[in-house]
Amino acid sequence: MHPVTTVHYLALSAALLLIGTVGVLTRRNIVIILMSIELILNAVNINLIAFSHALQNINGQVFAIFVITDAVAEAAVGLGILIALFRNKETVLADQVDILKW
Amino acid sequence: MLIDTILFYVFAVLVLAGGILTITRRSAVHSAISLIVSLLGVAGLYLLQKAEFLFAVQIVLYIGGIMVLFLFVIMLVNLDQAAKERQFNKQWLVGLAAAGLVGLQIGWFVIKGKAAFAIATPSMPGASAGEGNTEQIAQVLFSEYLLPFEIASILLLVAVVGSVIMAKKRI
Repeated sequence: MHPVTTVHYLALSAALLLIGTVGVLTRRNIVIILMSIELILNAVNINLIAFSHALQNINGQVFAIFVITDAVAEAAVGLGILIALFRNKETVLADQVDILKW
Repeated sequence: MLIDTILFYVFAVLVLAGGILTITRRSAVHSAISLIVSLLGVAGLYLLQKAEFLFAVQIVLYIGGIMVLFLFVIMLVNLDQAAKERQFNKQWLVGLAAAGLVGLQIGWFVIKGKAAFAIATPSMPGASAGEGNTEQIAQVLFSEYLLPFEIASILLLVAVVGSVIMAKKRI
């Protein structure tokens, strides 16, 4: 059995990023789109931690903390928008919110 | 060493299976539970790579904070109607293109062989022994990254005010 290297972590991170991207692109439910964004940000974090471990450099972990901060802010604001949207339009499906389309 | 390899594959399966279930389940609550499984797997990967502080942050903040927020909103917003409708839009071609792109990248690196996977070795010896992971992060965070740290606090303040204003009925 091969020992686990940084490349293994990078491949895992790419796969998770792909899952998140497909979720954002193809789902209609806004709650699940927001969850897919969390998956994407976690893939980024796996990458940062893998390089931080490989290069023995702590800066990657500090960056991961900032990414987590952004994820928290994004989730809070996104869910606030979702509640406002549901109050006004009674829908959580992304393709039914098309007032700006013509 | 062997136990590390086994644990890596266990956590990798948790992460990927949780992620796939998250984007395929019909019920949003099931998606949220699958996402928690996936985040737990990511936390395990942090622990494998000696990032103990981030492991704790992942558990406390992501699973204890963000996912509870998600579950609250799922309960608050009536999703029964949405669960009965079609779950996927017609963008599957774009999704397929994204999947093909990542597959192409991985294939390209596999074809190029071992040289493509040569990752730089650490230029300086590892951090001073005897210092814990949390101390090291704090040292860097409060000296080199002090300004980004303060800006992050402003970002969080803006997010707090913004989400309250968004969710309030009348301002």
